[in-house]
Amino acid sequence: MAFAYRWRMALAIVSTIIAAVFILLIPQLLGNAIDDALNFLSGETASKSEAQRQLLIAALLLFGANVLRGIFTMVHNYMGESIGQHIGYELRMAFYRKLQRMSYSYHNHVHTGDLMTRGMLDIEGVRLFVNTALLRVLLLAILIGGGTYLVVRTDLVLGLVSLSFVPIVAWRAISTRLKLHSGWRNLQEKLSILTRVMDENLSGIRVVRAFAGQDYELRKFNKISDEAQALANGLIGIRVRNTSFMSFTFMLAVVAVVWLGGLKVIDGELTVGDLTEFLAFMFILQMPVRQLGMMVNGFARSQTSGTRLFEILDLDPIIKDKPDAKPLKVEVGVLRFEHVGFSFMDEFGDEQILRDISFEARPGHTVGIVGPPGSGKSTLAHLVPRFYDVTAGRITIDGHDIRDVQLESLRRAVGVVQQDTFMFTSSIENNVAYGDPWAETETIHRATTEAQLHDWVRRLPREYETLVGERGVSLSGGQRQRLSIARSLMLNPKIIIFDDSTAAIDAATEQRIRAALKEITKERAVIIISHRLSSLMHANEILFLDGGQIVERGSHEELIAMGGGYHDLYELQIRPGDDVLSRLTGHGEAGPAADPDARPEKNSEGGNGDQS
Amino acid sequence: MATRANRAPTEYSGRARPPHAVVGSQVERDEEMFGKAFNGHVVRRFSGFVKPYRALLIVAILAVLGFTATQLAIPLVIRYAVDNALEINNTDRSLLETTVIVLALVVLFNYLTNFIQEIVVGRTAERVLFDLRRAMYTHLQRVALSFMDRTEVGRLMSRLQGDVGALQEFLETSVFAIGDFVLIVGIAMVLIAVDWRLGLLTMSVVPALLLIRIVWLPRAKIAFMGARESSSRLNGALAEGINGVRTVQGMSREEVNAALFEEKVDANLKAQLKGTRYGQIMIPTVDTLTGIAMAIIIVVGGSFVLDRTLEVGVLLLFILYVQRFFDPIRALTMQYSIMQRAMASGQRIFEVLDVPIEVQDKPDAIKLENIDGSVEFKNVTFGYNRDQPVLQDVSFRVNPGETVALVGPTGSGKSTTMSLVHRFYEVWDGEVLIGGHNVKDVTQESLGHQIAMVLQEPYLFSGTILENIRYRREDATREEVVEAARAVGAHEFIMKLPDGYETSLEQRGGNLSLGQRQLISFARAIVADAKILVLDEATANIDSYTEMLIQQALSRLLQDRTGMVIAHRLATIRGADRIVVLQDGRIIEEGNHDQLMQNDGLYARLYSMNYASFDDIPDELIKAALSDAENRTT
Repeated sequence: MAFAYRWRMALAIVSTIIAAVFILLIPQLLGNAIDDALNFLSGETASKSEAQRQLLIAALLLFGANVLRGIFTMVHNYMGESIGQHIGYELRMAFYRKLQRMSYSYHNHVHTGDLMTRGMLDIEGVRLFVNTALLRVLLLAILIGGGTYLVVRTDLVLGLVSLSFVPIVAWRAISTRLKLHSGWRNLQEKLSILTRVMDENLSGIRVVRAFAGQDYELRKFNKISDEAQALANGLIGIRVRNTSFMSFTFMLAVVAVVWLGGLKVIDGELTVGDLTEFLAFMFILQMPVRQLGMMVNGFARSQTSGTRLFEILDLDPIIKDKPDAKPLKVEVGVLRFEHVGFSFMDEFGDEQILRDISFEARPGHTVGIVGPPGSGKSTLAHLVPRFYDVTAGRITIDGHDIRDVQLESLRRAVGVVQQDTFMFTSSIENNVAYGDPWAETETIHRATTEAQLHDWVRRLPREYETLVGERGVSLSGGQRQRLSIARSLMLNPKIIIFDDSTAAIDAATEQRIRAALKEITKERAVIIISHRLSSLMHANEILFLDGGQIVERGSHEELIAMGGGYHDLYELQIRPGDDVLSRLTGHGEAGPAADPDARPEKNSEGGNGDQS
Repeated sequence: MATRANRAPTEYSGRARPPHAVVGSQVERDEEMFGKAFNGHVVRRFSGFVKPYRALLIVAILAVLGFTATQLAIPLVIRYAVDNALEINNTDRSLLETTVIVLALVVLFNYLTNFIQEIVVGRTAERVLFDLRRAMYTHLQRVALSFMDRTEVGRLMSRLQGDVGALQEFLETSVFAIGDFVLIVGIAMVLIAVDWRLGLLTMSVVPALLLIRIVWLPRAKIAFMGARESSSRLNGALAEGINGVRTVQGMSREEVNAALFEEKVDANLKAQLKGTRYGQIMIPTVDTLTGIAMAIIIVVGGSFVLDRTLEVGVLLLFILYVQRFFDPIRALTMQYSIMQRAMASGQRIFEVLDVPIEVQDKPDAIKLENIDGSVEFKNVTFGYNRDQPVLQDVSFRVNPGETVALVGPTGSGKSTTMSLVHRFYEVWDGEVLIGGHNVKDVTQESLGHQIAMVLQEPYLFSGTILENIRYRREDATREEVVEAARAVGAHEFIMKLPDGYETSLEQRGGNLSLGQRQLISFARAIVADAKILVLDEATANIDSYTEMLIQQALSRLLQDRTGMVIAHRLATIRGADRIVVLQDGRIIEEGNHDQLMQNDGLYARLYSMNYASFDDIPDELIKAALSDAENRTT
């Protein structure tokens, strides 16, 4: 990926090389200066002023070399960081885009905390690797390579001695990297479990308290925490043993240089200046060698991160546009299900959800879908905007198979009002206009009026500017659902699907919403999924689903006359489980008889619901 | 991956106003990134956590000092070698050999101390981090629920994860800072001792560096802070994208969001690089100063050597030292920022740890056992904020085996009453008796075993269904669990799941419907096998089938148990033995359904409005009903 940053990379490499050259030049210059002084003392340089002149030149060169070393080191570091940041930029965008496109079935199975750790820590891990490890290894390699040439040229034996630490350090670096790699992976996994434990505990603190579960929770936490701590301690052990041993090997090489070099000086085979050069060179290497230990650690860590990150980036969304997909142009707006079947086929098993579903919804025509929980109602709603793809049969809009059109155009044409909608920490206005950021204020107000939300918003202190969420107003279930309806209306979809989206709205308000939508629904195909019969009994056709199949279909009256499951449900709602409680507990002196006009309970406003 | 920068902003150009579109718009957390460099309270509290490791830390500090000493010694030994063993015309090797042996010993000592300092400091700091986190977590298990109610989980998580790290870093760097400081002083002393003229001259660059750092630091800090803030904003936007992904897809916001996210990523990139520029500018600065120092050594020291007033070894010594003189200065000035960050983090951590635990067992608290299961409130007054009582002089009794429904409009104090039964809060006045014992006189643990609670929002943990049902009693057998599930009518749907009772729940039980989660939480309460059941009924969102199951389950739950129910279902209310009507923290009516209907008070009026739950009734209607009821009585 760094390929896109060729010029930055080139600049980074060039400045790395130049920085290395100056770093190597400094010990040479120091050695020369010492020799200049010694030459005078041993009488080789006759005049003192000549010696002083040489020293001055050496000093100026040293100063210059230091300044240039600093500048090029800065460029080297900055370019490394810049490349790292740009790669981080691309990774972040790729990660974000990928997650936004992964289908529902994927998001159902991953823990959000896990995705967050990958998106935050692992991207950082990979990014850090580029600027620290890669360029620093290059710098170290040039220093050792160039240094080898220089010292070996001066004295072959001493040169080799001074570099004797290199193979040992390299061997250690490679062998510990493997240990660290698996260590980091284990630790990261443990820490993400720890995060989950803490997060769930704090979010569910009332349950914990209610069941006096503190001790259990503490045991759970302590176990994972101790395991994580043991792993962390183990990693520190590996790391420290490694870094300190690497430094030790290096220091031993220094001792050897002093010893052998000293002998050579005594034997007159080497000048003190040369020895100084060797030593200065070695001291320059001291820091990079220490850093090498850390780099090995960082490398292992980022390798772990990289694996975790690319696990996600390499995913392929199951649902995507076909290469030749065209935008969907809705002419009439006829939605057809043709022998549709659906099953979840993943590692969690093959579960048949829907079988052989066929029906048609035309503009001005409302289809109601009802059935016991688990009958597949919601899944059916999710098939239309292709949150999931059908596994048998097909769904068409105006005759086009929805899998052949562009996803975005499809989702624009189909508005699903979800059961549980996500509120963004933003103003109410922004939340309503979520799908249409360019909407005019009037459009927004029209949508909220239709959804019976407008009056409530107007009574808020900052009206449409009021923030939703922790820092602002908190919405009740019914208000959330009304907002969700307004949000979907903003898109002006050709096909509207209410996915049990009025359950928390009281019957009277729901009636008002339905009246307000009358005009809109005249020109649109509407599907209402609900477990509350009053929400859908006015539909042109009602499908009664059970076990993923349509078992009864027809108008409300027809279905009641049929006397099947729908009829039973109707009975249940009109004359609710009422005094199930009193019957079973035996405390029911206040039975139905005591209250002849048995009040229908919340799900069954059937009688008076239609009056408004 | 296309190039960036030319996409996001231009999309809006030519429009009159900005779009109604944001990602990660979270209001900035008003948490200080940097505090004062020294905060007495934080340091005192923190030292309490370090105390158990005192012995280890002393070892670490000794190792740091030993290591610093070897760092100082190595150039000195080398200098000795050059000046004495390698003197011109010296042909004796024994002196060199002695020196090399000494050097080898110093190096060995250097290795040992280095190992000890790194491992002890690293592990101790890690231990302190885990200790801090554990202390905070343990404390959070016991603090008043009112604190948990007003503190968002994300904020606590960032303390448990991020802030503890800042203190760990602080501890780690502080120990090494001692070494850095000693090293600077040591080098300065050695240089002056060896040759005070050259020593002072060399060190004349130090004030220049300090001056530059003083000018640089505040600016750099702003840049560093900007970088941190921009990345936390970015992470907020990412979190929002992940949590709201279904809505994003349903509304086809992917493109807009990606463009908005890109703006944030871009801002982050720029802020990070700005921080880098500030950090990196110090490198040529320090190198220039090093260059000046070296030039001074060569020119001045060199001419001393030429005058034969200085030995060549000393010159070498100076050169070796000057290269390592600046690193500790750099590290020490960074220590200042680390301290500031640690103090800010520490303040947040100890703020949590300082939250008092209001509800505590008395020293002579008794274990609540074999009680009759009665619940009694005697003149209870309680509130969350001073001067704002939520319950006033509430008295009622629930006899063993009886079911009492609490009803009343939102904010009337129903949930508060429930919380007091479990002693989540301490009453201001009056007493709450369970089986005749004041809840203050018994252990919380045993109290918890007598009371099972079912909350309105069923909360399930990660893990299998089996684990969730036996949450309270880990020793419950599988048979007990299955029996409980059967009793509440959950067995059937559980068996339909791919792995039955071993099915792993997704986050917050996401693979179950709300009704199913409710049933599991009922089963959990049954397994808990408590005498008293406290239940906050779910308001809505349950389909008629599950509804029926729940009603049946409820009756099973209440069999042979004392029941207190915040009832929303009219069926539940009518089935209760007694109904207690709360309004503004007072009991205004009590009796069974028929009695209350005859009473024609608030209950009768609210009941006749035919709302799903009393909580749903708009304020205006309640006010009207109240004044109505009052008019009638007066």
